[in-house]
Amino acid sequence: MRHLLDTRSLERDEALRILDVAEDMAETQSRQIKKLPTLLGKTVVNLFFEDSTRTRISFEAAAKRLSADVINFSAKGSSVSKGESLKDTAQTLEAMGADAVVVRHSASGAPRTLATSGWISAGVVNAGDGTHEHPTQALLDAFTIRKRRYGADSRGRDLSGLRVVIVGDVLHSRVARSNVWLLSTLGADVTLVTPPTLVPQNVSQWPVRVLYDLDQALAEGPDAVMMLRIQVERMHAAFFPTEREYSRLWGLDALRAATLPESSIVMHPGPMNRGLEISSEAADSPRSTVLEQVTNGVSVRMAVLYLLLAGERNDERGEAK
Amino acid sequence: MAARTVLQEADIARALTRIAHEILESNRGAEGLILLGIPTRGVTLADRLGPIIAGIADTEIPVGSIDITLYRDDLSKHPTRAPKRTEIPEGGIDGKTVVLVDDVLFSGRSIRAALDAIQSIGRPSVVRLAILVDRGHRELPIRPDFVGKNIPSSRTERVNVRLKELDGADEVTIES
Amino acid sequence: MNRNLVITGAQLLGGDSADIAIEDGVIVEIGAGLTRSGVRVIDAAGLVALPGLVDLHTHLREPGFEASETVLTGTQAAAAGGFTAVFAMPNTQPVADTAGVVEQELALGEAAGYATVQPIGAVTVGQKGERLAELGAMAGSRARVRVFSDDGFCVWDPLIMRRALEYVKAFDGVIAQHAQDPRLTQGAQMNEGIVSAELGLAGWPAVAEESIIARDVLLAEHVGSRLHVCHLSTAGSVDIIRWAKKRGIRVTAEVTPHHLLLTDELVRDYDARYKVNPPLRTAEDVTAVREGLADGTIDIVATDHAPHPAENKACEWQVAANGMVGLESALRVVHQSMVATGMLDWADVARVMSSAPAGIGQLQGFGSLEVGAPAHVTLYDPSVPGVFTETDLHGRSHNSPYLGRDLPGRVQWTIHGGVVTVDDGQLVQELA
Repeated sequence: MRHLLDTRSLERDEALRILDVAEDMAETQSRQIKKLPTLLGKTVVNLFFEDSTRTRISFEAAAKRLSADVINFSAKGSSVSKGESLKDTAQTLEAMGADAVVVRHSASGAPRTLATSGWISAGVVNAGDGTHEHPTQALLDAFTIRKRRYGADSRGRDLSGLRVVIVGDVLHSRVARSNVWLLSTLGADVTLVTPPTLVPQNVSQWPVRVLYDLDQALAEGPDAVMMLRIQVERMHAAFFPTEREYSRLWGLDALRAATLPESSIVMHPGPMNRGLEISSEAADSPRSTVLEQVTNGVSVRMAVLYLLLAGERNDERGEAK
Repeated sequence: MAARTVLQEADIARALTRIAHEILESNRGAEGLILLGIPTRGVTLADRLGPIIAGIADTEIPVGSIDITLYRDDLSKHPTRAPKRTEIPEGGIDGKTVVLVDDVLFSGRSIRAALDAIQSIGRPSVVRLAILVDRGHRELPIRPDFVGKNIPSSRTERVNVRLKELDGADEVTIES
Repeated sequence: MNRNLVITGAQLLGGDSADIAIEDGVIVEIGAGLTRSGVRVIDAAGLVALPGLVDLHTHLREPGFEASETVLTGTQAAAAGGFTAVFAMPNTQPVADTAGVVEQELALGEAAGYATVQPIGAVTVGQKGERLAELGAMAGSRARVRVFSDDGFCVWDPLIMRRALEYVKAFDGVIAQHAQDPRLTQGAQMNEGIVSAELGLAGWPAVAEESIIARDVLLAEHVGSRLHVCHLSTAGSVDIIRWAKKRGIRVTAEVTPHHLLLTDELVRDYDARYKVNPPLRTAEDVTAVREGLADGTIDIVATDHAPHPAENKACEWQVAANGMVGLESALRVVHQSMVATGMLDWADVARVMSSAPAGIGQLQGFGSLEVGAPAHVTLYDPSVPGVFTETDLHGRSHNSPYLGRDLPGRVQWTIHGGVVTVDDGQLVQELA
């Protein structure tokens, strides 16, 4: 794997490989000594143009557990007028000898621009670009769904037959997009539930069903309900009238959560707006996988870094299989 | 490619039986013994060795596996490998006598990686090494405690171990 | 300056071969077997002769943005593309909203000599959309401005648009609208559609263009004015223009070469060479604008040549500048998308790229190959196979979406008022 930029182009076999290696990584995390020497001598740079403590820490932990050196580069502002351009920043990292660059950026497509520009030779991992994709989030979500469903028997399994409902602001959500592609690739059935203003006008090519009615979707007894964070600023751009109305129509409150089948799980990528898109009862119930998602995130990111960096690094055409 | 057979099914069976006896002799019984096979064929061998030892000592011997992929020192020289299963028997390895089991001992680097892996899991009181075939050409100061057969070989030759459970037949061949 | 030439064997408007004799920069004779002693002869066998091309929509960037382009380099690029006249958009710095700035642009064009530069005046002061600029002063200046535009920005306030449409009747001017509802396109990055939904780029919906055009044609009808629509890009816009013309509304429209050829599918790699305003649209839109150009609903092709320095394109999509250079490639793109497909013949090309733009902009002396007309001639070789490369670009900026693309054809000669500006495929560095 040369870069991990999106789940749209991630083939089923590659996705399962990442999830299975993540299982192995997860196991090592229960050992007395969690650190592995696997990526000793490699340098991973966290290039975060957008503030994000949780994702950055997760990648940092993943890299360090594999004994890689971690450099954190937090660049404020991405426009040329504000300071150093993406190109100059990238070339500085190349000069520093980065083997992998984990990049989070507010501009959709920035990781792809970085990976294909020829400015750097390092592998690029997209840690979230604008409203486009957040592939490791989708991978850890899939890992979590699979683990809850199949437990110790997860290896090699996909998500065929499982039904997932994603609720919230799909229009602006890179988590939603990455999940739509990955869950479908792994065989799951995906339904989006959103206010009509918060889903792109044309999703006819997406492997999803779109509903506006949350209760209708929950009545079907989905296996997993994934709540997306709603940004209150959207209210000011007239995407929905009030927080109260949003919460009433599309919030997962205690009553709605109680209607779900016993084995259904409630997920959230975090950070949560308790009381807005998700109630405290739902967030803290045994069905909630919020904390596991965080733990699984480290394992998944360890797997990604391992597959990106451990084998021989070939050029664009040489895929490490 | 000329391949000659150096061990046949019966030879392998006899070697394993002898190793089983040697393990029990050196350990003065079965107390604290744990076999950990190194994937892939070391696990198959450990799975055979366990019951053989149990038969002689009349007591169950815990058998597990220890994957070394994440501890190898030559990862960047090969295409990315997927790690294999590590299964540590209940009770762990602290204070135990761990016998690593592998099919072929060559440079010794796999065993070094296995020792690192063991260290991250716990602290055995003793670690021993049981090998079906020792083909020489060590690059590290590593020596086996129990050997099925010493097979001198040149560096460029290939030693192939085939086991019934995985390959349909039991034999060890060497090809130039 | 030597302005005497004889062109032999050119296919006039793609039709019969003829010779053209030029004396003191004027076409004096068209016929067969023409000779003039001591006069340079240009062998135009196999070449299509068109009246010198006229671009109604160019950004020359001077004054203010000389790092991207100057009047000199921009008109060199124009000549290389077969253009003999360009209308310069006013989004310079300072904005061309006074007689002083437009006269300066005119002077710079005259000094450079490669093409006739006709300045376009801003509609509102600073293009801010608040107060009318001194349109009368610009019309009466040496620059004789007749086309006014806030291009880059939409004249959004309907009252300001109405007043502007009314006001220019006094000097037979025309308002050229950049149709883009700013509220519907806040933060927009690319065409709103299937691709934008996947790519996570904010959409620029077709309705933001169409709703302004619909409003403006009704306003033009109400006040009895001419209206020109810049860079029309959607199928819906074509339908509205068709409807308006049927009603007798005096509206004209232009389409860019890139909207005749490229679609938003090209954006998938986030390559900012394809970032432009209005954005690349869908294949259905491309089909519709081609048909609109072929049936006359769309009157002209205009390049919207928009130079940008490399660092404003070699970056993430979101911060990249909008625009493509287009003067050098325009005729080849029109050839590939419209002539090679049989939708236009060369006589149509002469109309949409020379006489009609000259007519809309009221530029005298351009648009025809006839005796008595100034000698503005473009000689084009449609048979040359080729890939568009850096060597085809002659302006200061190289932000072309066609680099590396198969684009046959070549402008072999460009003659501006009898002066050769492109000589046998090469841009003339020092004008004789």
